[in-house]
Amino acid sequence: MDTHVFKPDQPAPALSVGPLGWLRANLFSGWFNTLLTLLGLYLVWQIVPPLIDWAFIEADWRGETRADCSREGACWVFVGERFGQFMYGFYPQDQRWRVDLAVLLAVVGAAPLFVAAFRHKLRYGLAFLLVYPLLAWWLLHGGFLGLIAVPTSQWGGLMLTLVIAAVGIAGALPLGILLALGRRSDLPAIKVLCVTFIEFWRGVPLITVLFMSSVMLPLFLPEGMNLDKLLRAMLMVILFEAAYIAEVVRGGLQAIPKGQYEAAQAMGLGYWRMMGLVVLPQALKLVIPGIVNTFIALFKDTSLVIIIGLFDFLNSIKRATADPAWLGMSTEGYVFAAVVYWIFCFGISRYSQRLERRLETGHRH
Amino acid sequence: MKRLKSMMAVLSAVSLLGAAGAAQAGATLDAVKKKGFVQCGVSDGLPGFSYVDAQGKYLGIDVDVCRAVAAAVFGDADKVKYSPLTAKERFTALQSGEVDVLSRNTTWTSSRDSAMGLNFTGVTYYDGQGFLVNKSLGVSSAKELDGATVCIQAGTTTELNLSDYFRANNHTYTPITYDTSDESAKSLESGRCDVLTSDQSQLYAQRIKLAKPDDYVVLPEVISKEPLGPLVRQGDEEWFDIVRWTLFAMLNAEELGVDSKNVEQMAKAAKNPDVARLLGAEGEYGKDLKLPRDWVVQIVKQVGNYGEVFERNIGSGSELKIERGLNALWNQGGVQYAPPVR
Repeated sequence: MDTHVFKPDQPAPALSVGPLGWLRANLFSGWFNTLLTLLGLYLVWQIVPPLIDWAFIEADWRGETRADCSREGACWVFVGERFGQFMYGFYPQDQRWRVDLAVLLAVVGAAPLFVAAFRHKLRYGLAFLLVYPLLAWWLLHGGFLGLIAVPTSQWGGLMLTLVIAAVGIAGALPLGILLALGRRSDLPAIKVLCVTFIEFWRGVPLITVLFMSSVMLPLFLPEGMNLDKLLRAMLMVILFEAAYIAEVVRGGLQAIPKGQYEAAQAMGLGYWRMMGLVVLPQALKLVIPGIVNTFIALFKDTSLVIIIGLFDFLNSIKRATADPAWLGMSTEGYVFAAVVYWIFCFGISRYSQRLERRLETGHRH
Repeated sequence: MKRLKSMMAVLSAVSLLGAAGAAQAGATLDAVKKKGFVQCGVSDGLPGFSYVDAQGKYLGIDVDVCRAVAAAVFGDADKVKYSPLTAKERFTALQSGEVDVLSRNTTWTSSRDSAMGLNFTGVTYYDGQGFLVNKSLGVSSAKELDGATVCIQAGTTTELNLSDYFRANNHTYTPITYDTSDESAKSLESGRCDVLTSDQSQLYAQRIKLAKPDDYVVLPEVISKEPLGPLVRQGDEEWFDIVRWTLFAMLNAEELGVDSKNVEQMAKAAKNPDVARLLGAEGEYGKDLKLPRDWVVQIVKQVGNYGEVFERNIGSGSELKIERGLNALWNQGGVQYAPPVR
């Protein structure tokens, strides 16, 4: 008996599979998209080759002075010569190991918090938060226990940016959470206080706050009493960012269904345990993107301290371009700054995505 | 609105109190001696005036003024601590006592001298607004700039001076305003504007930034007066005198041919009575200022006379190559003139 033999399937038309098919489906699916693709390609062609040419092929990497640069392309000699200042500011050269050590300790010390298998995260984390700032202060500032003092006026560069950002984040997060809780509190006095605080700090630009701290505050203080400039700036950054964090966290708190609160109360939990054990863990998980967003903005906003004469990373670069021996190097300096800022911000954002995935904030159903 | 006004009044009263409290005759010198260094407010970065080299050392003509004051008071020009200040915070820093001297390319004007509780002690550099043009434009005078496109930096008196100048000459122009000197230099280079205007001291720095500096020329016209000098708080006449005479000493040293190389030798065997008085071999002129007898010797030895400071930082010995011009001594065609030490 004959069985019917089906003809083998025809292969799909060459233009609908493989790279060609992908190209056709995604880039040339109609006259309008084709036009856009061609336009995009043209722009890339116009921008990328000259950029690579400038940054790599024609660039000068080796030398010591401006004369070593042909000026056909980028002069990275400038960045190389000033690298130490961009990283550490005026921190004395023979003491810079202290900064390196402080960064190393932060990385090593925080590492267990990122290991999933590590059990005592909460206890360890709190201990780390208590011990590390003291240790970092001792290392960076010194003046006791065998380290010579390096006043904050000598701090600068990327180090200063990291210090301001880290202190700002570490200070603003707890304060912001407290403010968010306070704003949703039933106690009128606390509520009014928190709402006033938040609305005040959200209502003024950071640059104004910094400027006031540097220009107005000294006039009110008794003569001879000079609050450290960096301290003033860090305090202002903390208060300012705390107001933003508070609103982000409040968003998370409002997203938690009422049943969660009632269930916690039904179990006899008091206010702090209800918040700490039931509500906040869920709420904070929800608002990770918002918090990280605020932190990234904070990291970049630190460059506003330029207005009060603190030499953070960006300002150190700007200052170096005023050296007559290196005039005209601003493009190289700013490109370098952009690359470094991007690396840090991209790093923060990648980490937050990992965190979200691990905590499964998406509520998969 | 009324409340706001009264609040402002309170604020300004408090700031005046602060300024008044800070200024007491003799207080600054005592405080400076006690802490062992001069706290000096400088610019956050201006080529030739105050900038930082690769080793983190402050350099520039404004910085040298601070160093000269330290040399006069302590006999050691390195006993200075610097506070980099932005243009906006500089006066408050001085008023509040955060710095002892403000040496930060600040133009001496009547309002700054009178209304802010501050005093200018002299002029370290006579600046003025000028023009930088491409040689290919074929212009040799600012009078030929009718119809030009002019690059300016925003937020300074530059814009006002420019419009006054062009109006007085019945010329028209198109302004393009930029925020930073880097942008305006790039704009001149790319041909977006024909001419760049700024203070002359800046123009020389701008010129170096260009790819082909030799194709550009600074025009001879100066359209504004910008005398730059150091400031101190009002009310402490003793400290005011010290800072003022530090600069005079440097000018007198140049006039009398005393420089950092020959100063010690001249101090020992001064024949000219003016030199002998200046260098402390004759009379007690240092004591009158509450300074050591050899104060001028220390200034000149460690920092240099005015001419040396000028040439090293912004003149022929520097990248900027600014000519002495108005800043030459009075007997050499300039206007730098110091009263004698006697």
